[in-house]
Amino acid sequence: MSVLLDKARQRQTRITGAVLIALGVLIAVFFAPDAAGSATFRLSRPNDVWPVPNLVVPGGAFIYVVSALLVFLGARQFARGAARWSSLSLGVGLAIAVAAFLVWATVGKSFSLSGMLQASLVRAVPIALGGLAGVLSERVAVVNIGIEGMLLAGAFTGALVGSLAGGVAGLLAAVAVGGVFGFVLAALVVTYRMDQIIAGVFINLFVLGLTSYISSQVFQEYRALNNAPVFRAIEIPFLSDIPVIGPVFFNQNLFVYGAFILAGLATYYLFHTRLGLRARAVGEHPRAADTLGINVYRTRFVNVTVAGMVAGFGGAWFTLGSVGRFDEGMTGGRGFIGLAAMIFGRWHPVGALLAALVFGFADSLQQKLALLRTPIPSEFLAMAPYIATIIVVAGVVGRARAPAADGKPYVKE
Amino acid sequence: MQVELKGITKRFGSVVANNGVDLTIRPGEVLGLLGENGAGKSTLMNVLCGLYSPTEGEIIINGTPVRFEGPGDAIRAGIGMVHQHFMLIPVFSVAENVVLGIEPVGRFDHLDLETARTQVRRLSEEYGLSVDPDAIVETLPVGVQQRVEIIKVLFREADVLILDEPTAVLTPQEVDEFFQIVRSLCDTGKAIVFITHKLNEILEISDRISVIRRGEIVGSGDPKQLTRPDLAEMMVGHPVDFNVERAPFDPGEVILNVSDLTVLHDDGAIAVNRLSLQVRSGEVVGIAGVQGNGQSALIEALAGLRMPAGGIVLFDGTDITAASPRARHRMGIAHIPEDRQAAGLIGSFTVAENMVLDTYYDARFSRGGSIDWARVNAVAESAARDYDVRTPSIHSDAAHLSGGNQQKLIVARELSRDTRLLIAGQPTRGLDVGSIAYIHARLMAARDEGDGILIVSSELDEILSVSDRILVMFKGRIVAEYEPGKTPVDKGTIGLAMAGAAT
Ligand SMILES: Nc1ncnc2c1ncn2[C@@H]1O[C@H](COP(=O)(O)OP(=O)(O)OP(=O)(O)O)[C@@H](O)[C@H]1O
Ligand SMILES: [Mg+2]
Repeated sequence: MSVLLDKARQRQTRITGAVLIALGVLIAVFFAPDAAGSATFRLSRPNDVWPVPNLVVPGGAFIYVVSALLVFLGARQFARGAARWSSLSLGVGLAIAVAAFLVWATVGKSFSLSGMLQASLVRAVPIALGGLAGVLSERVAVVNIGIEGMLLAGAFTGALVGSLAGGVAGLLAAVAVGGVFGFVLAALVVTYRMDQIIAGVFINLFVLGLTSYISSQVFQEYRALNNAPVFRAIEIPFLSDIPVIGPVFFNQNLFVYGAFILAGLATYYLFHTRLGLRARAVGEHPRAADTLGINVYRTRFVNVTVAGMVAGFGGAWFTLGSVGRFDEGMTGGRGFIGLAAMIFGRWHPVGALLAALVFGFADSLQQKLALLRTPIPSEFLAMAPYIATIIVVAGVVGRARAPAADGKPYVKE
Repeated sequence: MQVELKGITKRFGSVVANNGVDLTIRPGEVLGLLGENGAGKSTLMNVLCGLYSPTEGEIIINGTPVRFEGPGDAIRAGIGMVHQHFMLIPVFSVAENVVLGIEPVGRFDHLDLETARTQVRRLSEEYGLSVDPDAIVETLPVGVQQRVEIIKVLFREADVLILDEPTAVLTPQEVDEFFQIVRSLCDTGKAIVFITHKLNEILEISDRISVIRRGEIVGSGDPKQLTRPDLAEMMVGHPVDFNVERAPFDPGEVILNVSDLTVLHDDGAIAVNRLSLQVRSGEVVGIAGVQGNGQSALIEALAGLRMPAGGIVLFDGTDITAASPRARHRMGIAHIPEDRQAAGLIGSFTVAENMVLDTYYDARFSRGGSIDWARVNAVAESAARDYDVRTPSIHSDAAHLSGGNQQKLIVARELSRDTRLLIAGQPTRGLDVGSIAYIHARLMAARDEGDGILIVSSELDEILSVSDRILVMFKGRIVAEYEPGKTPVDKGTIGLAMAGAAT
């Protein structure tokens, strides 16, 4: 509608162009000179049923091609009517830049691509489940900053109950505790109309404080309380034998499959069921929903509680799905990255899952690159997931539309 | 189904919106409900449809008292309401909006949209309400959204239909179609409550009229025996003068000079097509036209809310084509936007805050970054009094004012500055006759002081009664021009031009 918006969009397109060109030039100048030789990517493991030959990429040539492509994509941004393609160009540009980076880092060595992809998936799990929890609660217009705390609570409960009563009990307890925090958030913001951000921050701080205290005071003394069994990978027969993607997708643990299944279920629920339609109505225009006899408050309670349960499940991944023990603040901001995944995924469960995979990829890339011993300091690499978050949310997402009533309390009269 | 309201009282804190209201609604009859802005019509109907629970009093259906816990209960009892501000989910399709709340489902709670579509189609054929079930609501013109609202109520098989100002946003043709629909519904035995501020409409459609003033029923009567002045007097409590007083037409120099203006819609389509017009000081230029012929885009461009794609706008000789809205304000351009809730005020701000939205930064109210609230309150208090903005206090949220009072608030803010040019889009939409007369008088006063006034309205009566010069807009262009002062014009001629006959 406004002049400002038009100008802003134009400026953003130009900035995108400049960034892409700069990236192309940087890659050519810094990466190409010491990329003589070729990079070897391993696509299968030694004991796979159908081994796939390694992918060998000539370093210098590949990098020059990428930088030429980047400069081309960037230059196109200055053409008329480029705004529509802006996000796509940026997305493609970033993807090939990452590929060039990977080739540069691997030149003269060999690198397990399938291993990294598998790790990406694993690391995407808490982000995906956090994002999914975000989708479920924001679709009914409750902003859920407390996801980080709910993940942490799930992780802690999973470790504690898991140590005492076994993995399955630990998992159920984590889900239940997540649900409790979801319910508490709903009560604070729906019934008492507390500011949604403050309520979320309160949950985060409360959980962080409580779990840190118990783990430093109690777990130090009684180590048996923090020694839970871990859910092992379940190999799906036949499917896991498919070359390359088999081991990546079909030889994972319960949590990875769970994230995919839940994203599917949530999509079905939100977009194909009666209750989902009502939930979305409550998030878009609660008063209209109310005039049709839909109970706005109850809908919000139920959805935010379920969101908490999903986050509790995601939290259990940290302990029961990976290391089997709880450490202070071990969620490390994954809940917040999950919220970014929700936005990047445009408030759609599958979108959030895909976004989480991007972030998971950045996360595992950083980890594997540390093993390749590149000249880049590992602290910089550790920033990769967060930088990816910022670039993606600021640049690629553009104008995603949140549920119209997002963050607003509903007052009946 | 006969519905009786007995002694309904509704209070919001200290505000008494309804006070001991008795009302009977009978099947096969259109009950016209009339009252000033803020009289409590919407509140009363919201009580009836279960959205508000009454502070006192009871609702009796076919002789048995009922209690509604929420709108769901009222819907089940057969009461449906089309709200003053539409209750549609903008991002949903028509079918989804219609079935929301009583959706047809298959196994696993699966939403059966196919059945929903068929049902919508069936209803729209049965009652002649044509609408595409798959269209997304926010892309539809308001007239069609109105139909969706009615289909929603019919879909719930309501026996009592409450229509709260359904014609406020409709074009004259749409109103005619709409009246036919209302008549046919009434003939099938439904009871209808019809709220409007347009006296000729209420006289035409109602079988019985009740008038509400300051929350109480002050009279009722038979439309066949009542006249417009009678109704106006019942509503306001004193006779209303429908004639607009004005000084003789004596235009000065040109203050707004628009040449070759082209403005695009968001989707790039042409809204205003190389349009030129001039407004002189002391002159009211009225733009008539069926909604959707580029009037909104024209106003937005002149107010600085939309960048023109071509052409020049001169104000007092200065080029303001690309000037910011604030720069325009400072030069003395006032703007009454078409959509008061979206562009005219901030609902969660108080009346006082809204009153200084455009001037809070100037030397009167701000000293070095801090606002002199005592001053703001004093000015707001007197502006609210001068412009008769009915509000419990200037510290109430603007969103809680009735629609008409929100409009008066905007007019008060815009006109209480030192203005030279006023651009007004639908300045009296949704206002009661008293307020309309009042706002017209204010516009005339501004004109007589030498302001230029450009007014866009889809109400032909309004255009005819205030304008010194009338331009008809069709498909983004000016297609006809009349000067009622020189040669008398009749509605028929303008109506034809509005329909594109002049091109
Ligand atoms: N939620 C609310 N909180 C406080 N006051 C309210 C609320 N809703 C309405 N009011 C007040 O109740 C009175 C009646 O308002 P109502 O909306 O029923 O008027 P109306 O007759 O429908 O007017 P209009 O013709 O302008 O729509 C007004 O004074 C209004 O300010
Ligand atoms: Mg009303």
